[in-house]
Parts: sequence; C-alpha cells; structure tokens
Amino acid sequence: MVTPITHILPYTTVQRRRLLPREGRVVVRQGQAVRATDVIATAVLKPSHTMLDVAAGLGVTRSAAAGFIERYEGDKLETGDVVARKTGLFNRVVRSPVAGRIVLMTDGYVLIEEKQQPFELQAGIPGEVAELMHEFGAVIETTGALIQGIWGNGMIDFGVLTVLAENPGDELQAGQVDVSLRGAVLMAGTCRSPEAFQRAADQRLRGLILGSMPSELIPAARRLPFPLILTDGFGTVPMNQAAFRLLSTSQKRDIALNAEPHNPETGVRPEILIPLPPSDAETAIEVGRLETGQRVQVMRAPHKGAWGVVESILPGRTLFPNGLRLPAAQVRLEAGESIRVPTANLEIINSS
Amino acid sequence: MATSLVDADTLLAIDVGTMMTRAFFFDAVASSYRFVALGEAPSTYGPPLNDASEGIRAAIDDLQSKTGRTFVNDDEMLISPALANGIGVDTVAATVSAVPPLRILAAGLLDDISVQSARNLASTIYAEIVDSISMNDRRKLSEKIDEILRQRPDLIIVAGGSENGASRSVIKLLDPIGLACYLMPERQRPTVLFAGNSGVAAEVRDALNALAIVATAPNLRPTLESEQLGPAEGELRSLFRKIHSARNPGLGELDAWTSGRLLPGATGFGRMIRFISKNDHRKAVLGVDVGASSTVIAAAHKGDLRQRIYSRLGVGQGLEGMLRQASLARIAGWLPFAASESTVRDYILDKLAHPHTIPMTAEDAAMELALAREVIRGAMLDMRTHIPATFPELRGGLLPAVEPLIVSGSVLAGAPNPGLAMLAILDALEPAGVTVVLADVNNLLPSLGAAAEINGILPVQVLESGVLKSLGTVIAPIGNARTGTLILRIRAALPSGEERKIDVKQGMLTTIPLEVGQRAELHLQPLLRYDVGLGGPGRGGTLKVVGGQMGVVIDARGRPLDLPDDRAKRLSTVQKWYAVMTSK
Repeated sequence: MVTPITHILPYTTVQRRRLLPREGRVVVRQGQAVRATDVIATAVLKPSHTMLDVAAGLGVTRSAAAGFIERYEGDKLETGDVVARKTGLFNRVVRSPVAGRIVLMTDGYVLIEEKQQPFELQAGIPGEVAELMHEFGAVIETTGALIQGIWGNGMIDFGVLTVLAENPGDELQAGQVDVSLRGAVLMAGTCRSPEAFQRAADQRLRGLILGSMPSELIPAARRLPFPLILTDGFGTVPMNQAAFRLLSTSQKRDIALNAEPHNPETGVRPEILIPLPPSDAETAIEVGRLETGQRVQVMRAPHKGAWGVVESILPGRTLFPNGLRLPAAQVRLEAGESIRVPTANLEIINSS
Repeated sequence: MATSLVDADTLLAIDVGTMMTRAFFFDAVASSYRFVALGEAPSTYGPPLNDASEGIRAAIDDLQSKTGRTFVNDDEMLISPALANGIGVDTVAATVSAVPPLRILAAGLLDDISVQSARNLASTIYAEIVDSISMNDRRKLSEKIDEILRQRPDLIIVAGGSENGASRSVIKLLDPIGLACYLMPERQRPTVLFAGNSGVAAEVRDALNALAIVATAPNLRPTLESEQLGPAEGELRSLFRKIHSARNPGLGELDAWTSGRLLPGATGFGRMIRFISKNDHRKAVLGVDVGASSTVIAAAHKGDLRQRIYSRLGVGQGLEGMLRQASLARIAGWLPFAASESTVRDYILDKLAHPHTIPMTAEDAAMELALAREVIRGAMLDMRTHIPATFPELRGGLLPAVEPLIVSGSVLAGAPNPGLAMLAILDALEPAGVTVVLADVNNLLPSLGAAAEINGILPVQVLESGVLKSLGTVIAPIGNARTGTLILRIRAALPSGEERKIDVKQGMLTTIPLEVGQRAELHLQPLLRYDVGLGGPGRGGTLKVVGGQMGVVIDARGRPLDLPDDRAKRLSTVQKWYAVMTSK
C-alpha cells in the first residue's frame, strides 16, 4: 500500500528535479557544482508583446506595408529603433516604442516581444547537476542530511545553522535575535511573535526552521526575506524528536533551506539539507509502502503527532469506536502504548 | 421495473478518485443485475507515482480477494471479455475525478451570451476558466495574446454566432488565439474546440489547423435565445479524455480498457440524477457530491439536467479555495464547541498537508462536517442561479422542491454518525417541504452513469436493488411565524400500531424514529398557511413514508436558516441541534 513518506535522514543521496513552470533556457552544464541559490534556468513567465501597425503608421495599405519594413523576424530592437520607413515628399518612419525582438510580421503589423526580466529558477539544494532537462531545468544531486517539512514560505537560501532551542518546544523570543546572528539560519521549536520575525528580518537572517507556528503568522512569514520552514505543523506543536536531534547536533554546519510550499499535485515539499561529503549513501526512496517494523507518525487525533513502530498490518478492515471500518495497522507508540490506527492516518518516517 | 436478462454480461467499473480508487463488480443475480462487491485502494494518480495504474491494480486485487474471482492475468493484464470458465469480465466502465481541472479559455462574441455558454459548457467537466475573450473585450490584441501566453490554457472553447448569423466577427475572434498559438512551442499549444456558427466551422479549421488541434462541435447558441450544450458535451468529454489519458499512463490504459469511454466522474453522477428525475415529475431531484478536490451539484427535473462542477472546492485538497473564500468564523459557527478562527485555519492547513487522513474523534468529525456545510453553501450560492424557473418550488429563493436529495462523497455519505450527516445536509441545503435524503455510501452513481453507456438495464436494476441508503424523510414546513408558534400538527401511525401526535413549533428540530425500511403514515395539518409541499400553503394531507437511518426529521427551523449572531447563543443553538440529531 502506497503511504506518504517523510524523510528525516542523517545521511542520504538526494536527487531533485528542478523545473521551470514553462520552457526557457537552462544555464548550467552537466556535472557543474551549484549552490542552493545559484540560478540553473531562466524563463519569461509573463511575456509582454507590442503590436506595431506599420500600415497605419506609414499611411499605406496593408498589402503595401511589407515593402517598407526594414527589419526581419528575429531582429533585436532597442527603444526608438526604426522598424519601417517611407521616403518621398513626406518622410515617415515607424519606430519601436520598446526594446525587444520581432517575433512576427504579418499583414502590415509587426509583433515585438518586449525585453523582460526573466524568472530565475534556483538550484534549491547545493550539489551537482546530474542531468539536464532540455529547456526546462536540471536534476541536482547531492549527499547530506535531509529533513522534510510541511510548510514553507517559498524562499530559498543557505547559511550556517545556529540552534536556539534546548528543547523541541522552545519558543523563539524577539529578544533572542540580535546582531550576532546576522547571516545565520536559526532553529527553534516554535514562534508566536511577529516581533521575532521582524527582528530576524532586520538582522538579515538567512533562514528560520521551526517545529510550528500559529497559522495567523502566515502573512508575516510570507513577507520574510529569507526561507522559513515548519517541520511539524501549525499551532504550537513541538518539533519532532528526530528532526530536533539531527538539527541540534548540526550546530555551525552549512545548511540549505528550500522553503517551497507543499504542493500535492507535484509532490514538492519544503526541505532542509545539510551537505556532507559524498560517500556510498543510499538514495532516499520516494514511494513509501507500509510494512511491519517501519517507523510511522500518527497524523490525526487522538495521538496526533505521536511516533511509533508498525507492529502489524491488520487484515481486512478494522471497526473503530466511531463506527468506521477501515484498513488499519497496530502501532506501538514511543510512549509504550500499542494502538490501532487507520493506515490512511499514518505517514512513514524514514529516519535512522 | 421487471426486466429479465437473457444474456447477462458482467461489468467491472473503475473509479479513480483523488484519494481512493474503487473497483466495482456487477453481475446478474436471480435474473437481475446487482452490485456484488467493491475493492478499494489509495489512488496513485498523483505524486510520487504519477500513474493511476498501481491504484487501479490494487483496487482490483482487493476486489478479487473479496469476490474470489479473477479479473487480471499473471501479467496484471485485464481479462476481457470473460473466458468460458468465468475468469475475467465481459465489460468495463471507468470514471475519473482525480484529475486537476483543465485550464480553459472561453471565447465568444458577447460576454453574457456566447462566452457564458462556453463557460457553461466548461462547467460540465473538471475545469477552471483562466480567461475569456469577447468582442466587447477592450484589451488590445497584444494584451490578449499576452494573457493567453501567460495562462497557457489546455483548451480554448470558441463559441459565437447563431446559425446563419455572424461569421466575420467570429473569425476575428481567432486573431489573438492564432497568434498566441503561433508563439507557443508546438507541444504546449492548446486544443481548440469550436462550438459556434457551424457555417464558419470549416474556415475556423483552415485558420487554426496549422497552429493547434482543432475540434468542432454543434453550435452552443443555435439562436440568440437558446442555449444547447448537450451535443457539444460529448465532444468536450472526448477532448477531456484524450488530454488526461496522454498525461497519466494509468488513465491511458483505463481508457483503452473501456474502448475510449473513460468518463469524468461528475458526468456519470449527473447522468444518474437525470435518469432518476424521470420517475416523478412533481418534484426535481438534487444530487450533491462533495469530494476531496471538487464538488458537484446536479439538479434535474423531468430529465432536464442542470449540473455544475466546482473544481478546487472540496474537503481535501479543495480546501485551499475555502481558505481564500469562506469566512473562518462561519465555519467555526457550525461547531458544537467553542473554536477560534485560528483553530479552524490550523485545521484546514493541517488537512491540506495531509489530505488523505480520516477524522477519528468527534471534534474532527464535527470540523469536517462544518467545512462540508460551507463547501456546499458556497457551491449552492452559484448553482441556484443556474436552476431554471421550470423547476418546481414552494417559494421563491428556496431550494426547489426535490425528492430524493442524494448525497455522495465520504464526508456525508460515509459519515460515521448519520444524524450529524443529516444535520449538515439540512444546514447546508435547507430543503423545503417533504423530501427523502439518500446516501450513495459506496460512491456508485458515477460508475452506474458510466455503465449506462454500455448496458442500459444494469443501472436501473442496481438502483432498484436499494444501493442508495436512506438517511430519512425530511419535513420542512415553510411559513412566517415567530419562534415558538405552533405551525404544524402531525399524527403519525407507526408500524407498532402506536399513534403519536406531535405539535410542531416554529424553530423546532425533532425526529420521529422509524427504522430503515419500516413504513408509517403521517397526517400533516399545517397551521397559519404554512406550506409542507402538499399542494400549497395551509394544505395538509396524508404522507406515506419509509424509514431511514434517522427516521423522519421535522425541520421547522425556518428558511433561510437564521442563526444567532451572538457567539454564545449560536453555540448553544448548535449544541441543541447536535443533541437532537445524536439522541436516537
């Protein structure tokens, strides 16, 4: 049975396909080393065109207009460049009102694609370009520690990790963020203070990792100039032990945050990567199948957030106290209790 | 309807949903088609597999283990038609609702006529309108081109020009479309469906053939006054099927199994609602299917189906739309416990991160039903504008007089507590008069609708076998009295021989227990010209009812439902309703 999987791995090989939302230009080569923020491909996402009516501009018929056009399809233009000219008693010219490129000439019209600042696709994780995806992007491969989160504010950056939490539930206070943290990536259990966000932005942090935050902070989180990743959820849920352990033992290491929001249609999730030297680490599996002995997290109340190990997959359907009959597993929680949980409410935790 | 089966074919129906893939098996039992068994597995349409095949095969495996029959061979290939020894299956039908909505650009001459018709056509499949272009669009040609390039629609529906009507302006409409297609990479160009003046169809093909795949369909507006979607719907479905089959290998395979008859689940659902509406012409039929990523509302009267698909509005992934549109305070207001807006927002965000999960506590179940209420209310707000005046109604502004009212989707039809599901349905839809609420507990209707294409008798007989479970009969008197006023007297002759008298007061919500399948006779005597749907205001009569899970529900809370603004009063009101509906 295919089950969602969350990776919290101290050492693994990660391959990430980084693609433009539409065709563009790939600007890296295979084998090239990249940082998380390096641009690997560019594309114009919001094209803008200008249609020049040459026939009207020169005061000639549509069929005659083509004869006065001095440019060709594909020509680059600067603002004010002459596109068409009619000489005679009264000279007339049609100039380009924009900088760009001629993409079409038809029936006395010239269509110019305006020069645009393209969207730049960043590598997202530091690593090596393993494969090029023609016109769309590349596969980046790297080795290191990988922690997947559940929410991100859409930014990408990297820096040196500073752990501010002694316990997974420790709250980030505005007063903790001072000038000594400039350029750091901070880790804390939770944060309820918009002031802490403001201080973090003022001190030019490079990233923030939290177990959780109240959902009303989402607008403030989206305005942050650096990536913010939640590992566990909304509210004041402490950070899960595996992520906390991994991060709190990585103090002062380089760390990269790709806080792309979770997208169920593409499977993209926010991710934290701590690069480590390459070795023979196994590639993190992407398709989870629920089996006995696996570590899992319960995603729904009661026991929401609890971790445990699958003792057995129960045959058929199990009747639950609320009257539902569902496929289920017997799970031994870390606290010792053994419970029955619908398999739909479990996520595999790939951690060691 | 008694129909004998001379040569009964077995049928396997596959439904690929956002969360679950289901495999239904139908066979003839005692000369009549019956739904035999259901196999289920989590869908694999989306990431990480992005291939529906594994979910389909796992659902078939589950079905095989439940029926002891074999449908696929050792190579997991479907055995169809069935072999002489009974292995395999004779016919296959399939539906899909897991797909993301097609991005559609609607083009037409006039915004409120042909463009609206193009929009209406789009709403018969899982679709979202990303832009529209019309003659009265004041944007420059280059701006229209830019918008098409930005939006990258999957499909462009071009309507406009009545038969023997406008032609030049229809061709002019194609300028930005053709130019935008020219500027796009070939493999990303949209398909164009022309459903306008048939007199210019050939010219449209000539103009666009080199730039895009062009399909044509009968005119959506043969005259200015009349809209005719039906004939074009088939062509649109065919494009839907081709586009999605090409994108997901599993769907492509499923389409091949069905010989190109893969259907949007909503279409199958709508077909069945239309079919049921032909039984009783006095009332309309309403179908509400609340899925994880979309909601479908289908209303039909005498075979006239009006259906809208609300893509990206559902109780799973579709909650993203709720987060933007719905008032969190209103959602919290349906809960039987005090909850802040941020609690509701946290819940929605958690659900969005883990849409496959199932509520297991009473609090979570109440939250899901509160979300479902707002999903349905949001959809109905729009749906009401598409229900024609020909549909019967007790009073303007209310839900048409419907019977039955059919609900589908696990949040309502699969809710563990039928009383709370019924309460959510009443709160969200506010039916008027008398109706029976049926639940499609196995999500069978889409598959039956798809099966109808290859076996017309099967859906009829399966429906007659009672696959829709009754939640109960609802009596909702309509009038204008103050809360606490006596508005209706009911004398109930129960199957036990007992006679029970109930005085119904305005504002009351109560139930008369009546076990599933048991029959009772209710004599209704409305007072103060209240209307219970028995022929007009003040008219009463005898009603023969059949019991459901909630028996008979008397909902005299008034229409429209008026909840107190004060939080504490509202909470206490909702708690009272919860108590009534869970006290069975």
